[in-house]
Amino acid sequence: MRNSTLITSNTTATNIRTETLANGMTVLIQPMPWLRTAAFSLALRAGIKSEPEPLNGLASLVCEMVQRGAGHYNSRELVAIQDNLGIDRSSGVSTGMASFGAAMPSQSLPEALKLYADIVRRPHLPGDQLDDARMMMIQELRAMEDEPTQRVMRRLRELHYGPRLGRSHYGTMEALKQIAERDVREFYQTHYHAGGAILGIAGDIDGDQGLQLAEAAFGDWKTGPEEPSFPVEGQAVYEHIELPSSQTHIGFAFASIPYGHPEYFKMRAGVGILSDGMSSRLFDRVREQRGLCYTVAASCHSLKNAGGVFGYAGTTPERAQETLDVTLHEIANLTSDLQPGELDRWKVRIESALIMEQESSASRASSLVSDQYQLGRALTTEELESKIESLALDDVRNYWDQHQPGDYRFVTLGPQALQAPSPAA
Amino acid sequence: MPEFRSVTLPSGLRIAAEIDSRSYSAAFGYFVRAGSRDEVDCESGLSHFLEHMMFKGTASRSAADVNRELDELGGQSNAFTTEEQTVYYSTVLPKYQDRLLDLLSDMLDPILDAEEFETERQVILEEIAKYEDQPPFGAFERMMEVHFGPRGLGRRVLGTAESIQSMTVERMRDYFHRRYRPENIVLAASGNVDFDAMVDAVSQHSRSWCSRPQPAVPSADDSGSLPPGIQLDRTLPIADAFQAYCVSIAGGPTMKSDDRYAARVLASIIGDEGGSRLFWELIDTGRAEVATVWPQEFTDTGAWFTYMICAPEDVAANQRVIDEVIHSAVENGVQQSELEQAVNKATAGCIMQSERPGNRLFGLGSRWLMCDDYVNVDETLQRLRALDVDAVSVAARKYLTTPIERVFAVGAEVELSG
Repeated sequence: MRNSTLITSNTTATNIRTETLANGMTVLIQPMPWLRTAAFSLALRAGIKSEPEPLNGLASLVCEMVQRGAGHYNSRELVAIQDNLGIDRSSGVSTGMASFGAAMPSQSLPEALKLYADIVRRPHLPGDQLDDARMMMIQELRAMEDEPTQRVMRRLRELHYGPRLGRSHYGTMEALKQIAERDVREFYQTHYHAGGAILGIAGDIDGDQGLQLAEAAFGDWKTGPEEPSFPVEGQAVYEHIELPSSQTHIGFAFASIPYGHPEYFKMRAGVGILSDGMSSRLFDRVREQRGLCYTVAASCHSLKNAGGVFGYAGTTPERAQETLDVTLHEIANLTSDLQPGELDRWKVRIESALIMEQESSASRASSLVSDQYQLGRALTTEELESKIESLALDDVRNYWDQHQPGDYRFVTLGPQALQAPSPAA
Repeated sequence: MPEFRSVTLPSGLRIAAEIDSRSYSAAFGYFVRAGSRDEVDCESGLSHFLEHMMFKGTASRSAADVNRELDELGGQSNAFTTEEQTVYYSTVLPKYQDRLLDLLSDMLDPILDAEEFETERQVILEEIAKYEDQPPFGAFERMMEVHFGPRGLGRRVLGTAESIQSMTVERMRDYFHRRYRPENIVLAASGNVDFDAMVDAVSQHSRSWCSRPQPAVPSADDSGSLPPGIQLDRTLPIADAFQAYCVSIAGGPTMKSDDRYAARVLASIIGDEGGSRLFWELIDTGRAEVATVWPQEFTDTGAWFTYMICAPEDVAANQRVIDEVIHSAVENGVQQSELEQAVNKATAGCIMQSERPGNRLFGLGSRWLMCDDYVNVDETLQRLRALDVDAVSVAARKYLTTPIERVFAVGAEVELSG
């Protein structure tokens, strides 16, 4: 399959080349010749949902283990080569994918792709380092217990998507302790392959050269099936975690549509009006006008086939109930006094961000991959701009009137529980 | 290559810009010499409180107008306060330059309304409470207080709940007039900037800033007592903390020291989050969640931080590992291969960072404000590439042998040994 998209406008010209290799890996390349850098993002179908039921944390552990020596290099040599190539690197797992990101001065790109082919295709998975990698994850898990906001939001995510899709990449202490070398090897052998994999490359590189590099690095990798999807099993409940903290940390979520849904931007614009920027409803009416909190925000989150709006507010216990009540009131009344200026401001914000994304190869590379994963194709900057530009205030109003937020999931952490509205309210 | 231009207006306000017409964006920031080190006890937290109040309205704009107009320009706008300065900044598309400068400059002339002051006091108290719940639970502030004393550089930026509760709007107005004078202010810009238009716009706006009243300097603090709400215990008991948070501090290079590049590379070799000596000893092995070092440069002094997070029962053993790593760097210096790796990493990072004007702004503005000095990307790269093993080893002997003080934030029931 081959397709090439070329759209030009006054500000930017996006030329994204998309190719699917014989083994099922999709390669997307966006040349950005005005940059001195290049970046890639490689996503494999080896995310949290591929973990066997009892072994939550295995996907992250394997993602860590493949980087502890690969090809001709041990763990220290790998890091030395990456540093000497000037690679700013990242890795991590989400519900559906394991991802490896690398940004660098563009002359390092050919070597970097070869190195990451070693990492994902020829890792040593050294048995004598499994306990170190496990301990590393236990450290992260312990760290998260000390972060009240993260604790609240992680639990909220579990309640929102259900025990399977809502799992955290940190895993659980019990599961991490159980994982054996055999589990790591099995997960690696089953899920690390080119089937459904996505490689996005952006920056100072041309399309032909990028394709040749990708083909050389991954063209002869084995293929494999994609993990089937799981249903969302969220529940409308309220949970309180009692702790003697200075603030009450409030998390809330309601079901919504994922990125890629035809009505996504109507929904997203509403969340933008609620929470993007200093003149947004929540910031203005909860913080600026009433002084109820320092942080209050809502944002959209998407899985492949499900989505949610997640919100957070932190405030001292005596003002927590009022903060929650005002926040929910603002969300419920979003459409009652919508002003054209609110949508216009959100559009300018998104359009500015899209144009400024042209300054970052890393940001484009990761957008290429997430678009391909969520939509099945890359979206050019121009296409996205025109979708945003064509939104009318009535589109946003009608969508939100027809899809009133409800069935809230709540998690609070603090000295006292709050009165959360019942699911029927 | 970007072009550097600067000018000092008749009022004393300075403007500095690194102009690159190829950029998609332009970043602008007002950098003001008003930080917690400029406060006395009864003003503790004022620089930061004032930073919030600058968004709360001017003679011609309400608070809502300010926030709304900032959003209309679609950029990334915000402000922050440190021990030495307060910064108001925004990155926007070049077409919004005039409107943004009009707005930012107007914001620097706030009305400081008494009612807004009361509402915002609550937000500041919430911000203080928020940080009390977050790791490392005030351990950095405590470390600064212990090392520098609770005044001057050791004064906490947010102030204390006590100082904020007792603050008055009159005191804030006096502090504003004292610190927000043109000679204490730099306007910096980077990216796709129209320099001449910027100078014209700001010349007009800032004309009246010279005629701000000059309030009397407040009387000096009684150095024999602690400011309200301040304690200097080396251990902070934190209810229910899982991890132990250990901060230590020693001397480091100043913003003007020639060996600051050597110190940064030394810190990278010892404590970078991937591939440093501490990484391989403590992070890669899962013995600690964080084990790192970094130099923090101030105008007239410097600090060298060491930061470790781990399980409380592992603190003593891990601390010994850190001490050995430091001792070895002092005794044996660094290896050529380590130096090359750290320099390659730092230069690549610098090149990548320089692609976004918003990233260049902060170094440019602070340096011009504090040191009247500009360092371009190529010079930074040259300074890094010119480092040799001797220079970094000398920095290790100079900064890693200065006396060290420590602060711990740990669960209330935990006893630390070692």
